[in-house]
Amino acid sequence: MVRFENVGMRYGSGPEVLRDISFKLEPGSFHFLTGLSGAGKSSLLKLLYLAHKPSRGLVTLFDQDIATAPREMLPALRRRIGVVFQDFRLLDHLSAFENVALPLRIAGVRDSLIRDHVGQLLDWVGLTDDYDLGPAAFSGGQKQRLAIARAVIARPQLLLADEPTGNLDPDLSLRLLHLFEELNKLGTTVLIATHNRDFVARFKHSAMHLHEGRLVDGSEPHLKAG
Amino acid sequence: MAPNPTSRPVEVLGRGADLALDADPANRYLPWIVALMVYLAALALAGAMVLGSSAGRWHSGQSDRMTVQVPPIEGSLDNAQATMDRAAAAAALLRGTAGIADARHFERDELVALLEPWLGAGNVSPELPLPGLVDVVVAPGARPDPRALELGLQEIAPGARVDAHGQWLERLAATARTLQVVALIVVLAIASAAAATVVFSTRTSLAVHRETVEVLHLIGAQDGFVARAFERNALWMGLRGGLIGLGLGALTFVVIGQMSVGLEAPLMPRFSLTPGGMMVLGSLPLVSAGIAMVTARFTVLRALADMP
Repeated sequence: MVRFENVGMRYGSGPEVLRDISFKLEPGSFHFLTGLSGAGKSSLLKLLYLAHKPSRGLVTLFDQDIATAPREMLPALRRRIGVVFQDFRLLDHLSAFENVALPLRIAGVRDSLIRDHVGQLLDWVGLTDDYDLGPAAFSGGQKQRLAIARAVIARPQLLLADEPTGNLDPDLSLRLLHLFEELNKLGTTVLIATHNRDFVARFKHSAMHLHEGRLVDGSEPHLKAG
Repeated sequence: MAPNPTSRPVEVLGRGADLALDADPANRYLPWIVALMVYLAALALAGAMVLGSSAGRWHSGQSDRMTVQVPPIEGSLDNAQATMDRAAAAAALLRGTAGIADARHFERDELVALLEPWLGAGNVSPELPLPGLVDVVVAPGARPDPRALELGLQEIAPGARVDAHGQWLERLAATARTLQVVALIVVLAIASAAAATVVFSTRTSLAVHRETVEVLHLIGAQDGFVARAFERNALWMGLRGGLIGLGLGALTFVVIGQMSVGLEAPLMPRFSLTPGGMMVLGSLPLVSAGIAMVTARFTVLRALADMP
């Protein structure tokens, strides 16, 4: 599903923030990506959700080399990926319902289906009563759940989350990770970037560790650290 | 009981509300700028159309006519009659000339009637020396040389002068056509300025909504999806501005039309528009909306092309 081979990445003409990254993610797998702040976790996720291109190396997503993929093909690839951004990136001028509905609208799904699916999902994340409020009226935890609902509404094949428990208390964080596991059981490949090594230890999933832009020892054996 | 999202009306899904463009400061003034431009374009176009119809009228109305003026023989009533006789002889000669379809001399009574509006009825003295006049109709397609005609008339009407209306009317019509072209260039310049204004306004909106555009982009929106929000907004702004501009233009035309009523100058342009002309002016709001929409679309697509 995802393959990185000797990937490097830099912003503009700055130094490389990722160096010689190589790994594979198999369909239906669950992974953590750990590392200290500034280690390159967000940059690696940017490559995965196609917000940035690698400066060198090979990145394939869904068997498509993203360096050679025509630009017109990228939106379709992005629609197969759900992203929970670290800062949520919810649209304040839209209601909770409209925020969650957005990926389906972009995908051209029928209004009746959108109503059904969004309603069910808002119920699932516990925001049924607040569907008409804007994100500005929500607490950090509610925003987090709303961002997750938007990320998973279109049943993505790959779910990426950047520090998804950063704004949550321990109980809510645990519930959230269980929710990700549920999605994983439904076949979604999950990659969670976190600096919280307690969670990584608690959930027995494979983990990659980034240090100063490189995958270092400590990554799970079946992952090929570069 | 909690509201049920599954019962939400379709319109709540808010097609086109993905970007809150209405509140943009850049968009607040855009309809007024478009209104001003449409107003100026409407005036320029109306001017071009009025000049065009006047040029055609001048060309078709007088270009096939000439006037021969025979100098009066001063002195006595007999001489006045002799002047009219010279004019009649000149008309007869001209009727037999190639390129002339008809020539008719004016009787003295007709000349007196022409002067009465200025001198008053019955105030034209029989002693007043009047020139003989001959109205000449040029044959279709012919272009007789006025100087050659003058020379040919000197023997029977010494000092006769030929005025070819066609020549100076043609120059007048050519000037009118040049002004028409200038007016159309002005309209094109206004359209270009309107497009440039929309480009700047759209770029400002893109900068203001950069984060929202990025989110839409990252969750899989095609460039066209994002561009549609901007083009719909620009379409509405252009239409609104166009209607305001056309309304102001219509008001101006009515005022000018009212002021020109009662002016009876034969060569003055008639300030009236044909149904076709009115349709052209009436379509200006649609044109301004179309220009705004297309410009916004291409501006957004071009900006999005820089995103990965």
